[in-house]
This record gives sequence, structure tokens and C-alpha cells, in this order.
Amino acid sequence: MSDVVVVAELADGHVTKPTLELLTLARRIGSPVAVVFGDGASVAPTLGEYGATAVLSAVDPALEEYLVAPKAEALAQIVAERSPAAVLITSSAEGKEIAGRLAVKLGAGLITDATDLAADGSTTQSVFAGNWTVRASVGHGVPVVTVKPNAVAPEPAPTAAAVSEAVVTISEASKGARIVKSEPKSASGRPELTEAAIVVSGGRGTGGDFAAVEALADALGAAVGASRAAVDSGWYPHAYQVGQTGKTVSPQLYLAAGISGAIQHRAGMQTSKAIVAVNKDSEAPIFALADLGVVGDLQTVLPAVTEQVKARKG
Amino acid sequence: MKILVLVKHVPDATGERGFAADHTVDREATDGLLSELDEYAVEQALRVAEDGDGVEVVVLTVGPDDAADAIKRALQMGASAGIHVLDEAIAGSDALATSEILAAAVRKAEPDLVLCGMASTDGAMGVVPVMVAERLGWPAATLGATLEVADGVVTIRRDTDTASLTVEANLPAVVSVTDQSGEARYPSMKGILSAKKKPVETWELSDLGIDAGSVGLDAAWSTVADTTPRPPKEAGKVVSDADGAGATALVEFLAAGKFI
Repeated sequence: MSDVVVVAELADGHVTKPTLELLTLARRIGSPVAVVFGDGASVAPTLGEYGATAVLSAVDPALEEYLVAPKAEALAQIVAERSPAAVLITSSAEGKEIAGRLAVKLGAGLITDATDLAADGSTTQSVFAGNWTVRASVGHGVPVVTVKPNAVAPEPAPTAAAVSEAVVTISEASKGARIVKSEPKSASGRPELTEAAIVVSGGRGTGGDFAAVEALADALGAAVGASRAAVDSGWYPHAYQVGQTGKTVSPQLYLAAGISGAIQHRAGMQTSKAIVAVNKDSEAPIFALADLGVVGDLQTVLPAVTEQVKARKG
Repeated sequence: MKILVLVKHVPDATGERGFAADHTVDREATDGLLSELDEYAVEQALRVAEDGDGVEVVVLTVGPDDAADAIKRALQMGASAGIHVLDEAIAGSDALATSEILAAAVRKAEPDLVLCGMASTDGAMGVVPVMVAERLGWPAATLGATLEVADGVVTIRRDTDTASLTVEANLPAVVSVTDQSGEARYPSMKGILSAKKKPVETWELSDLGIDAGSVGLDAAWSTVADTTPRPPKEAGKVVSDADGAGATALVEFLAAGKFI
């Protein structure tokens, strides 16, 4: 069976959920080989549990000191060595940039933001704010595909992953964009927005008070999102913005509170499995997308829901 | 210093967007405009020009006849000249071919800094800036929430999920900026009038030394099998929150979906 190279993403030393999703999808095509930027030994058991037959550690200080380019160069060397059937990367900002550079280096076709992947390597994408579905395939070189989080539920398929170090050489040409400072952000303690099964988002209708949104999110174990209007007003950090210029989310449940549903916002959440909207304005476009719409004040509705959810959980 | 801003003419996101019979973006069905996310790049270029001496802002687009509108808008905002890469053979090009055309155009234009938006509002791949940099062998400082240029070095702040990074690159470099970089200006009446006199050059593939057979739909390295409009969503249930009925309905919905 041919190899499928999967780029493993780590957060705080742990394998991210989208990486497990990539491994699950990769098994449809071939035998997953995980590439870890850094020492892969500590995460190899997790990667193996989800089917990685090999874990390759790419180790070089430049991978952390410079933006993106060294990772693409290291990956290109690994791909040239292994000749895989495909390369799968998470559709994060960095993942897409690695993929773009890799495709140029390999002279290979590129598909970004796939929402599904078939055994023959063909992809499904959701485009134009989720209003169109595109099926495509790469016909030239090793297909490079970035996959959106939540494309598939991770399924374990335990194997013993053999860990080895990949020999990579980072050229001076890749050391152009220097990371001179990195200030860690404080963790919210909530699930990662793009990975969460439930997202509760607030918009203009919050009036700047996200307490009710956060309380319901915590009761549901959900991530918190925000509309561009709320972010532009300075009410919530940009890292939580859902929409065209923020994050694209595709959770099992998206709850939009006080969000009218402009096209820019819909582009970031329209593919959610279930959508609930709470808005004072019964004419808000978000109601056209909602499986359940509640016309009412979110500052009344959300606390009442939070209380009942907590009561049911005991 | 010369700044070259790469811009794209896209179908208006508030219109009915869709695909033509050959699965390329239908550019007839709805009006086009300068991609909103590219306005931020034009804005940053103009701010650098206002803060420095002898900074020239040139805007470049690759696209069909109508793409001239995107250049026009950037000239109205304040860019001093435009370049339109226009060639029938380009239609249907994928990101790889587009980046090759752009890289060749950058070599010909010889800027010190290439500025881009974070992604287009239609394809939304967000990969073209790094692909252009990769082809040029230039550093790429991408997704800047802020941008500064001083002493031949460009500095951006890049916000990731876990950290806020400060990234520096020596010029020449490719930089992309996000919508966090600063509100883009509206053209003034003076800007609109003066834009009509600003020079716009048209370049063909042959001017860039690119073989027409290496770009376009037939040369694309990925092939679209089909494009399907999403079926209209069935109208969901709408409940008015009188007497707490909304909260009750919402909790029942959560329970039915096994979310609680």
C-alpha cells in the first residue's frame, strides 16, 4: 500500500484533533506516514493509535525561527524521498501556506479546504459561502490537499508507529522571514474554535456584553465565537471571529446570538450541521439558515437556556 | 521605494455567485469589484507612501477586461499607476499558474515590496502570496495585522491561535495583510478625478516570457469534476420568546440533538 504523508499539528505538545481526522482520511487512500516538525517520539503513540505506520521527526532550529518556508522545504525533501500517493495538511493559516509552497516546489497540483476525501484522492469542497459544492481531483504530481477541521470523525486504527528522524537540510533561501518575537496568548480554557463540536457566537446584539454567550458556551462545553461587527467594535478578540476574514467553523451545532447573518459571517459557518439563531429582529437573514430560530432578546433567552442545561446535567 | 500591490477583481459576494459550464467562476452572472481583502493591501501601501519619501505605489492585476475596474478603484484610492496582465490564454488558470504569471510580472515590474491581501473573496485559498514568494525566492511575511517598513526591513505582527508573532524580512519581500491592518479608505472626489489621468499598462503573456500553453484551464493541475449549488435549506422552526417559550424550545432542540 502506498504512503500518504500527513503533516501532524501539535498544540502544547499534543496532537490536535484535525491531525487525527487527517490520519482517518489518509487510511482511505493508503498507509499514513506522519511528519512531525520537532521530536515525534512523545506523540508517536497517539499518531499510531490513529493508524500512522511511521512517524518522521524533522528537527532543525530553523523550523521554529523562521516563518513557514523551512517547514515546506523539509516536507518537500521528505516527499521526494517517500513518493507518497498524496500529502494531507490541515487547513489552518500555516497549513495552507506550507501546502502552497510545497505544491510549487514539487510541481504538483493543490486543493485547499477540502471537506471530504475519497479513496481515489478526489476531494469535495464547499465554496461561495457554502452555497456550492465542488468535486475535484489533482491530475499532476503528488496531490497536495489541505483539509478543513471536522471533515470526518477521528477513528482509531491502532498500529505500532515506527519513529525515525528524517534528514532535512534547510537552505538560506528559506530563512527569510525571521520570527523575532513570540508572545503566547492566554488560553481561554474552552475548546479550540475550529475543532469544537458546538460553537456559541455573539454579535452586535450582545451590545458588547458576552457574559451570557460565554456562560452558555461553558454549560455546553462549547467554543465561543464572535461576528465581525462584535470584533470590529472591540468587544471580542479577532482570534474568535467567525466569517470570511476570521475562522471557518463547521461544528455539529452553531448557535448564533445577536448575529444578523451577513454574507461575510455566513461564509464562516454555513456548513455547520445544525444552526440555531437567537435574534430580536425577526427579519434577520440568519433565520433563513436556522434549523431553529428564536425571536427574542439573547440576554433573556441565553441565561434561561444556560440554567436549564445546567439543571439537566445535574 | 516601489511597492507593487497585487489585486484581484472578484464577483460581488453579496450577489448570486456561481460557476459557468466549464466549472470556472461565472464572471457574468454578478457584477465584479476589487476584492475587499485587497483594499486593505492598497491601504497599507498608501500609508507607507504617505509616511515616507519617494514611495511609488503601483497596482497589478491578472484578469479579463473587466478586471480593469479593480485597478481603477485602487488608482482612485491613491495608487499612482496600474498594470493589467491581460491575455485570453490565462482564463481558467489555477493558483499555480496564476502565481507563475504574477511572479513573472513582479520580476518585470522590479518592486522593492510586494503587498497582497490575505486571500481573495472568491477562491479564498490564501496561498498565492507564498506561492509568488516561493517562485521569486523572496521572503514572505504573511497575514500581517500590522505593517511597518524601515531601513530596508519590513516588520509585521502575525496573530496565530496560540501566539502573537513579530516577523521581520529584508526587502525585497512579499507581504500579505489582514483586515485587522486598518480600515481601507474610500476614494475622494479628487482621487476619482485624478485616477482618469493615471497610467495603466497592459502586459500580455509574451511580455512576461510565459508560454500560453503552460497556463489556463487546460493546463491546470487540478480538475473539477462537477459543481453543484447547495439545495435551498428547508425553513426551520421559528419561535417567539414570549413567556420563555424560546428558551424551552431551544433546550428541547439541544436535547433532541443529544447536545445535552
